[in-house]
Amino acid sequence: MRKVAIYGKGGIGKSTTTQNTVAGLVEMGKNVMVVGCDPKADSTRLLLGGLAQKTVLDTLREEGEDVELDDVVKPGYGGVRCVESGGPEPGVGCAGRGIITSINLLEQLGAWDAKFETDYTFYDVLGDVVCGGFAMPIRDGKAEEIYIVVSGEMMAMYAANNICKGIKKYAQSGTVRLGGLICNSRKVDNEREMIEQLAKQIGTQMIHFVPRDNMVQRAEINRQTVIEFDPAHPQADEYRALSKAIDTNQMFVIPEPLEIEELEKLLIDYGIMN
Amino acid sequence: MVKKKDFSKGLPDPSKLMDEILAKYPTKIAKKRQKALVPNDPSEDQEIQANVRTIPGIITQRGCTYAGCKGVVLGPTRDIINLVHGPIGCSFYAWLTRRNQTDAPEGEENFIMYSFSTDMQDENIVFGGEAKLKEAVREAYQIFNPKAIGIFSTCPVGLIGDDVHSVSREMKAELGINIFGFSCEGYRGVSQSAGHHIANNGVFTNVVGLNDRPRTGKFQINLLGEYNIGGDAFELERLFEEAGIELLSTFSGNSTIKSMEYSHTADLNLVMCHRSINYIAEMMEEKYGIPWFKVSFISAEGTAKALRKTAEFFGDAELTAKVEEIIAREMVKVKEVAARVKPKTEGKTAMMFVGGSRAHHYQDLFNELGVTTVSAGYEFAHRDDYEGRKVIPNIKIDADTRNIEDLTIEKTDRPELWREDMVAKKAELEAKGFEFSDYLGMMPEMDKNALVIDDVNHWETEKLIEFYQPDIFCAGIKEKYVVQKLGVPLKQLHSYDYGGPYAGFEGAINFYLEMERMLGTNIWKLVDAPWKAEPEIVGSFAIN
Repeated sequence: MRKVAIYGKGGIGKSTTTQNTVAGLVEMGKNVMVVGCDPKADSTRLLLGGLAQKTVLDTLREEGEDVELDDVVKPGYGGVRCVESGGPEPGVGCAGRGIITSINLLEQLGAWDAKFETDYTFYDVLGDVVCGGFAMPIRDGKAEEIYIVVSGEMMAMYAANNICKGIKKYAQSGTVRLGGLICNSRKVDNEREMIEQLAKQIGTQMIHFVPRDNMVQRAEINRQTVIEFDPAHPQADEYRALSKAIDTNQMFVIPEPLEIEELEKLLIDYGIMN
Repeated sequence: MVKKKDFSKGLPDPSKLMDEILAKYPTKIAKKRQKALVPNDPSEDQEIQANVRTIPGIITQRGCTYAGCKGVVLGPTRDIINLVHGPIGCSFYAWLTRRNQTDAPEGEENFIMYSFSTDMQDENIVFGGEAKLKEAVREAYQIFNPKAIGIFSTCPVGLIGDDVHSVSREMKAELGINIFGFSCEGYRGVSQSAGHHIANNGVFTNVVGLNDRPRTGKFQINLLGEYNIGGDAFELERLFEEAGIELLSTFSGNSTIKSMEYSHTADLNLVMCHRSINYIAEMMEEKYGIPWFKVSFISAEGTAKALRKTAEFFGDAELTAKVEEIIAREMVKVKEVAARVKPKTEGKTAMMFVGGSRAHHYQDLFNELGVTTVSAGYEFAHRDDYEGRKVIPNIKIDADTRNIEDLTIEKTDRPELWREDMVAKKAELEAKGFEFSDYLGMMPEMDKNALVIDDVNHWETEKLIEFYQPDIFCAGIKEKYVVQKLGVPLKQLHSYDYGGPYAGFEGAINFYLEMERMLGTNIWKLVDAPWKAEPEIVGSFAIN
C-alpha cells in the first residue's frame, strides 16, 4: 500500500486536487482510502456528494469507546473509502491532538487490515504544518510520500518551502519522502518555469501542472469531482495525468528547503525580471 | 573511614571545589553555573545568579508553577475548594503531600483531605475542557456547598486555551459564591516561584478586602508566609493568643478564606517566608497603608526577637510586659534542653538546600546548637532573598519574569480603610531606626567562605558532600535517599519528614531533640556493605 499525504497553503486547492486525483486512480482500478485531517471535515465532499460524513472524533465523543469501523468509514465515488477526522470548533481545544487521536483510532479499528486490499491511502491535511498534531501523517511512517500543492503566488511558495522543513525533520528519522510539487495554476506569470525551478532547487520535481479551469468550480458546485461530473472534459484528463504521474512516480527525496533569500531571488528572477 | 574535616578555625576556601564542579560541565553550562556558585564574604556585596531557567538535563530540586500556586499558597486553606483543571496526575501527586496541617473547629468546613480535579481526558483536550470544568464546579458546589472555589490551570489548559477566568466569572454569577481562576500552568515560570506570585495576585484581587469586619482585638496582625508544616502555625497561634495579639489571618497555614477576606483590617503584617508572600505584604501596604516587616519564628532567639519587635511596634506597656514574660518563661525550657543537647552537637556541620527562606531560617536553629552551616542555597529564591531587598532595583527583569503579571496597586478609594495611623506610626518608628519592609537576605548572615549555591543539582550535591563531609544535609524528598546513600543523614525541611513543629519555642525544643537523635546516630555510615571496605580477592583462570 502507498501512503500519501497532501500538504499546501490554506485555500490552494488541496482537497479538490486530492479528490480529483483519487477519482483518477479509481478509474485506473485502484482501491483508495481518503483520510481528511481538517477540523472542517470537508476533504471528502466531492467523493461523497456532500458533507455526509460523520467524523471520527464526533463518533468517538458520542459513542464512547464503542466505535465500529463502519461508523466512521463511508464508501464514496467508485468505492473510495472516506474518513473525516474532524475536530473542535474554531478557537477551542486542540485540533492537532484530534488528528493524532483519530489516526490512532483508525489503526486500532483495523482500517488498514489486509482484507481491504488498500492500494492507496491519502491524508488531506489542513494548511501548513502548524504544530506536532498536524505533522501526524508524516510522523511514524503514517504517510511515506508527500505531495505539496503550490502555485506561483509568493505565499504559496513560502508555505511549500516551510512544509519541506517539516518533511526534512521527520525524513531524517523516518521513512517519509517528498514525491513532488503539484502546481495548481493561478495563472501567475512564468508559473510553470518558476515552480519547476523551485522543485529543482528543493531537490524534487514538479509532478504535474494543473491548469486553471472553471470546470473545477462547476463540478464543485455539483459536489462532484471533474472526472465524475464531466469525464470527457480536458480538465478531467489533466487529473488523470496527475494520477498516472503519481502512480508511476519513482522519485522520492529528502527535500532541501531554501533559505528565504534564495526563495526571494527565485521570485525576482521569474516574477519581476520578465 | 576518611578523617573528619576540622572547620573550627574557619571554613576552607571552596575555589578548588568549585573548579572541580564546573570542570565536569560543557563550557557554556559551566559559564552559567559559575554565576550561581558564590564563596560567601559577608564583608562585601556579592552578586549571585538566581531565578533563571534550570539547564535541561540537570537534575534540579525545583517544582513547577502549578505546584507553587496550588500547593504552596492556597493548598493549606481549608474552607476553599481547590479545583485542579487538568489530567489527574497533577492532582494526585499534590494530594496531602505537603504536611500542611489544619485544625477546623467543630462544625466548620475542611476540604483539605479531598483532591478535586476535572480529570481531563483526551476528548477534553481535543474539544476543549471548559464544559467539563463547569460541570465540575457545579458538582463541587452541590455536594460541598463551599463559600469559595479556586480553579488551578495545569499545562494542557494553557496549550488548548481553555479560559478558566471566564468560566470562573460565569460560575460565580450562576452559583453566587466566590469563584476565581489561576493561570498557573506548570511551564509558566522558571520554578514554583512564579506560581507563588500568581497566587498572591489572585488572592489579593479576589479575596482580600471582601469583608470589612469591625475590630475584634487591640493589636491586629496577619502572619504571611507561614504554611503550618508539621503544626508550626499552631505554635505561633498559641504565642500570639497568650500575648493578647489578635492573629486575623495566616497566609496560609491553618488558614481560611473567610479570614483572608478581612485581613486588610490588620494593623501590621509579619512576613515569614519572604519569597513566597512578599507580594501580598507589599500590595496591602500600597492599598491600605498596612506596614510589614520580616520575621523568623524559626529558632528560639528568632522567635523572641520577632515577638519583641511586634510589641515594640505597638508600643504598649502591657503587651511588652506580657511578651517579656512569655519569652522569659519559654527561654528557661529552651535553654535547659539546649544545654543538654549542645555538647553533643557543637562543632558539627550542616548544609541545606531548600525553599526560598528555609535555607536561611534554619541556620539560626543550627547556630543555637553550635552547628556550622558550611554550604547553603535556595531552590527557587530570587537575588533579594540572598543579597537583601536593596538589590531589587538592580535585578534584571528577563522574559520569564515578564511572563508573570505584576499588579499595579492603587490606594483604596475608601478613606475609612486607609490606615493613616499606621503610616504615621511607621514613619515615627523608622525615624528611630526601626526597620520595615526589608529583608537583608541570607548571605550577609553566613560565614566567610561558606559556599552559597542557587538551584543546586545532584552532581553538585555529591561533590559538596565529598568535600565537606557534613554531619547533616537538609533538603527535600527528591534528595533524601541519594544523600543518605552517601552516608549523610538528611532532614527534610519541606515536610519535616514525620516531625515538627519546629517554629516558636516549643518548635525549637523539638528541633534540638531531633538533631540530638539524627546527629547522634551513625547508622548512615553503615550503608556500605562491610566487604566494600575490605581488600578484594582477585583470582584468574589459567587454561592449560
